[in-house]
Amino acid sequence: MDRRELIPTFPAAAASLLRGLPPAVIEALLSRLVAVTTERHPRLFDRLGAHATSRYLIDPTDLPFVLILHPAAADGRLRVLPRGTAEPREARIGGPLAALLGLIHGRYDGDALFFSRDLVIEGDTEAVLALRNAIDDAEIDLSVEALHGLGPLRALAAPPLARILPLVERLTGVSLSRPTRESLEHGY
Amino acid sequence: MATERLEIVCPAGTPAALRTAVDAGADSVYCGFNDETNARNFPGLNFSRAEMAVGIAYAAARGVKVLVAINTFPRAGSEALWHRAVDDALACGAHAVILADIGLLAYAAERHPDRRLHLSVQAAASNADAINFYAETFGIRRVVLPRVLTVEEIAAINREIDVETEVFIFGGLCVMAEGRCSLSSYATGRSPNMHGVCSPASHVAYAEEGEDLVARLGGFTIHRVPKAVAAPYPTLCKGCFQTGDYRGHIFEDPVSLDAATLMPQLARAGVRALKIEGRQRSRAYVEQVVRAFRRASEAEAAGQPIPKSELWRLTEGQQTTAGAYRKTWR
Repeated sequence: MDRRELIPTFPAAAASLLRGLPPAVIEALLSRLVAVTTERHPRLFDRLGAHATSRYLIDPTDLPFVLILHPAAADGRLRVLPRGTAEPREARIGGPLAALLGLIHGRYDGDALFFSRDLVIEGDTEAVLALRNAIDDAEIDLSVEALHGLGPLRALAAPPLARILPLVERLTGVSLSRPTRESLEHGY
Repeated sequence: MATERLEIVCPAGTPAALRTAVDAGADSVYCGFNDETNARNFPGLNFSRAEMAVGIAYAAARGVKVLVAINTFPRAGSEALWHRAVDDALACGAHAVILADIGLLAYAAERHPDRRLHLSVQAAASNADAINFYAETFGIRRVVLPRVLTVEEIAAINREIDVETEVFIFGGLCVMAEGRCSLSSYATGRSPNMHGVCSPASHVAYAEEGEDLVARLGGFTIHRVPKAVAAPYPTLCKGCFQTGDYRGHIFEDPVSLDAATLMPQLARAGVRALKIEGRQRSRAYVEQVVRAFRRASEAEAAGQPIPKSELWRLTEGQQTTAGAYRKTWR
């Protein structure tokens, strides 16, 4: 019996496509997402405390790039770099993209992912714990944050997204939004 | 035959986890303030005074009790921090405070004689004489028993005491003399007893060396785990050491407690409440474990078999044990 939680990995073909995208485009999109999220969840910074000044290397191991998250930075809280770039950081959090998204959405438990070796942490362990706990308390839903990032287009985008998202989640097993109470009760 | 349902006492490290526990079926939730007064004083965790008041109100509106753990031992000269924590928790509307230190129990009993005091597992009260002392001297209403007793020993204790007993049913398994263990202090200078942190994250370092995951605590290498082997917490009691020709887990294997199948025996032994460990864990853990144990307690009360669960996926070592409850060695 496989005793490991099965975490889906990002398809290699899709990762190759991403490799063709300029990092500046990905950085602009993700920076907007981070800006909206931190604006809508100001308590994130309360829980991070002094660790808001830490630089976190977020390493989605099945993608061709890594992220540097620097919560306290006035500009450029998030940067996208090709994998292997030497960049100063206080901590590294690595794992498949699906594991990282599941952590943000409260689908997976961080300690359980660590026990099962699906998540790797290095560097300042205290900073990693502070970030993990702050995100867990914030109850972030990236699909909702992304909609808020669309500004006036939000009302237009919301209905199709509400239909497509659950379908994509079921097909891929990747958590793209916060689990609903119904999905938690029925274990999907 | 239906019997009174065992109370499920659930952990919450954050306000979001508290709401999750309440919504998933907790009977009571235990949590602590974001300082060294509670034994899970981890970065980014725990409650401000305002968050505690809001959390208690959320729980109360849904018929769920909140127990506030103030279960470290006050430093001489700094007692005011612990006294304030007791006063504030009760002012916020806590159903009870969970205390370990005799001086703090004396303070709470004198200042708040009508409020419920629970004796923390950190007090390590593991026999009827000790528990009766706390009951007669400070009026405690419930004791959280250490994780070193068999079901038969718990039954024997319950026959000799008048207070409620609460026992751990799931989660991290500490088999040391809780409240007295100095292993973390030895390696880091900080302990769960005085600072609220066992193996503080500030002293923990992980590194990937080849295919191995290496964990160091205060500079001591305590694990080197090969690829595909479950990683444990960086605690000395579950470290892998060499002594003489033996190499392995000298004190304790990295496994977790799951005594769900013993719920009927624990109920017959007179246990009133079952505690789930894990205030340092996420909403995902709280939701899954609380929901599973709520179902289990309903099944137990109805005289039905305890439903099987997949909770081992969430546990340290990815394997579980019934711990000392089913102890065969001595």
